[in-house]
Amino acid sequence: MKLESREDLQISRKQAINKIKKEDCRILICAGTGCLAGGSEKIYKKLKEMAEGIEGISLEFGPEAAHIGVHQSGCHGFCEMGPLVRIEPWNYLYIKVKEEDCEEIFQKTVLKGQPVERLLYEQDGRIYPEQEKIPFYAKQTRLVLKNCGHINAEDMDEYIAMGGYEALEKALFEMSPVEIVEEILKSNLRGRGGGGFQTGYKWKQVARQPEKIRYVVCNGDEGDPGAFMDRSIMEGDPHKMLEGMIIAGYAVGAQEGYIYVRAEYPLAIKRLKIAIKEAEENGILGDNILGSGYGFRIHINRGAGAFVCGEGSALTASIEGERGMPRTKPPRTVEQGLFAKPTVLNNVETYANVSMIIKNGAEWYHEIGTEGSPGTKAFALTGSVKNTGLIEVPMGTTLREIVFDIGGGLKNDGEFKAVQIGGPSGGCLVSNNLDVKLDFDSLKKLGAMIGSGGLVVMDDGTCMVEVARFFMNFTQNESCGKCVPCREGTKRMLEILERIVAGNGSLEDLDLLEELGEAITATALCGLGKSAALPVLSTLKNFREEYVEHVVDKRCKTGNCQAMIKYVINPAACKGCSKCARNCPVGAISGKIKEPYVIDGEKCIKCGACLDNCPFGAIYTEN
Amino acid sequence: MLEQSYYDKADEIIAEHGRIQKALIPIIQDIQAYYRYLPSELLSYVALQLGINEAKAYSVATFYENFSFEAKGKYVIRVCDGTACHVRKSSLILERLYKELGLSKEKHTTDDMLFTLETVSCLGACGLAPVLTVNDEVHPSMTPEKVSELIAGLRGEQA
Repeated sequence: MKLESREDLQISRKQAINKIKKEDCRILICAGTGCLAGGSEKIYKKLKEMAEGIEGISLEFGPEAAHIGVHQSGCHGFCEMGPLVRIEPWNYLYIKVKEEDCEEIFQKTVLKGQPVERLLYEQDGRIYPEQEKIPFYAKQTRLVLKNCGHINAEDMDEYIAMGGYEALEKALFEMSPVEIVEEILKSNLRGRGGGGFQTGYKWKQVARQPEKIRYVVCNGDEGDPGAFMDRSIMEGDPHKMLEGMIIAGYAVGAQEGYIYVRAEYPLAIKRLKIAIKEAEENGILGDNILGSGYGFRIHINRGAGAFVCGEGSALTASIEGERGMPRTKPPRTVEQGLFAKPTVLNNVETYANVSMIIKNGAEWYHEIGTEGSPGTKAFALTGSVKNTGLIEVPMGTTLREIVFDIGGGLKNDGEFKAVQIGGPSGGCLVSNNLDVKLDFDSLKKLGAMIGSGGLVVMDDGTCMVEVARFFMNFTQNESCGKCVPCREGTKRMLEILERIVAGNGSLEDLDLLEELGEAITATALCGLGKSAALPVLSTLKNFREEYVEHVVDKRCKTGNCQAMIKYVINPAACKGCSKCARNCPVGAISGKIKEPYVIDGEKCIKCGACLDNCPFGAIYTEN
Repeated sequence: MLEQSYYDKADEIIAEHGRIQKALIPIIQDIQAYYRYLPSELLSYVALQLGINEAKAYSVATFYENFSFEAKGKYVIRVCDGTACHVRKSSLILERLYKELGLSKEKHTTDDMLFTLETVSCLGACGLAPVLTVNDEVHPSMTPEKVSELIAGLRGEQA
């Protein structure tokens, strides 16, 4: 139904709330990328089938039968425990659910309200029936991700029932565009995509341009390896982002918006398309939104696999149908962005913050987070940590709280070594930094950055030189080639790093790395290039001794660097069967039958064929 | 020259997006989604239809990693080598696939046109690392053993 006025939306909201209230039991099966991969689709179908097949139960509301709602929700963020099933009103969270478990879930929980204990989350000997009490969730402040996992992302009514589009109402009918810009400015909302630039300031600049055709662009090209918060928002609560974009459009006087989503996120694209269509059909998007006289449309553009398109001017070039290469600035995006018109460009998480600021006011927003960085930040917590997943905490939360309280500490009780923050543009934080508050300004002082919010935890089994090489390899691959410092500089840096991990580095290489890194940072054209050297510079600063060990002792104590591993035959265990020698592709193993064989370290290419094939387990590696 | 049906399909896709430059990328994306690669003849054809020169269209298509002028296998396997997967040893997954399929860094597609192997920087499924996708379907928490089973299973589907 097309909503033609504010009252229409309010009536629609009441109905939506009633619809959810009427559900005696609400089963939410996670349908995020992670849980779908674990088979949650089958669980959804099975539970739905069961609800249909039992007498006295109905999927539709009726006074004589218990009304069970079976829905697919967005991502809960606790992907490692998936597939996840949440059951309200008890808020039980079942983990690692299988199709075979559905019967028990139905009989025990849905019909009797009792938990199925074996499917509950357990930590340190304690069982947590309620989702909100699980340490992973209890220590979080989920505002942006509030609805993720709790609503059906493909049903706009559910978003509306949760107070969705209330901010849009307020913006359209109670505030002027200038007031909205002022409110966002006052909230000091800073861009969640990496730079931390003030959102309100961008909006203000666009609003005052003489050119009347303006655009609102959403950067959903979340290319940083190890970050997936934007994916989860687009998949789990797409309307929240759309609402932020419409408000931005109204505030700066734009009629059209574009969302640029990377091609690796097919589910996000599907859900966004559904959300846009629903919003159009209901009069939330299109001409004359809710009868306000304001019109706004949103288009989706799929990325085509170029990391650099996460940079503003490259992204707009890509939407225009050009090669996605950054250009020199000024003119800045706010002056001449998409199609050379003034453009507001923010990322997904930033837009998802807008509605709550408009709804609750800038002062409320300042109560969360730190003075200079108000609000929350979503982080993708991954790597060698017990609880991996998507989390949201107030800005200024310490790394220790994130890794040890929410993350539950290190996997396999390894020792904390470092956290790589902000992906290929970020740096690493070490054990000395565990009590640093994570916000834009404190991290900058440490030579790291929040970036898009990827946190990869590394334990003592991770080689930092190899990690630096990994990131440099990534950036080098993704360098668009336009400016010399990035194109040539990253290539040379990568060559040096490859030399070091191959055991052929020298001490001079370390100085050269630093020199190159500083030169690229100072002279590259865009943000990708300017930050390309950060992972190397930051590991060089914090783990110089590890680099020195690689170049002087030719040793990698973690055993990550293949070239430095030594394959050895234990003479006591070797039966002299000659199998290793026959498998060795370079003839590096020699000996006499029934006598212990030996490996010639000079000839060995460390392929591991001997180790894999030894029937007596006589071959081992030395780091 | 390709068969006429290719050009008809291209016309259909062009009509959906409009004859403007900003439609270039969506059009060639759809063509590639349909044929699993971008036939170079069609790229020239699209350029002509949109009124942009061929060199320009070519420069755009070669800039983005997703476009491929070579036909791909029936199963496109993409191994994630993002940070989280890398830390959890995605390199072992890739090595096993190279071995199983007889492919290498230089050779991406098997001769029987069944498998194409690619790496991708991040699939955003970091909680399930290491992951790979087969035609966009995500396979979580992979191990070299699971890789061998997966390939055997896919080959079995053919038999």
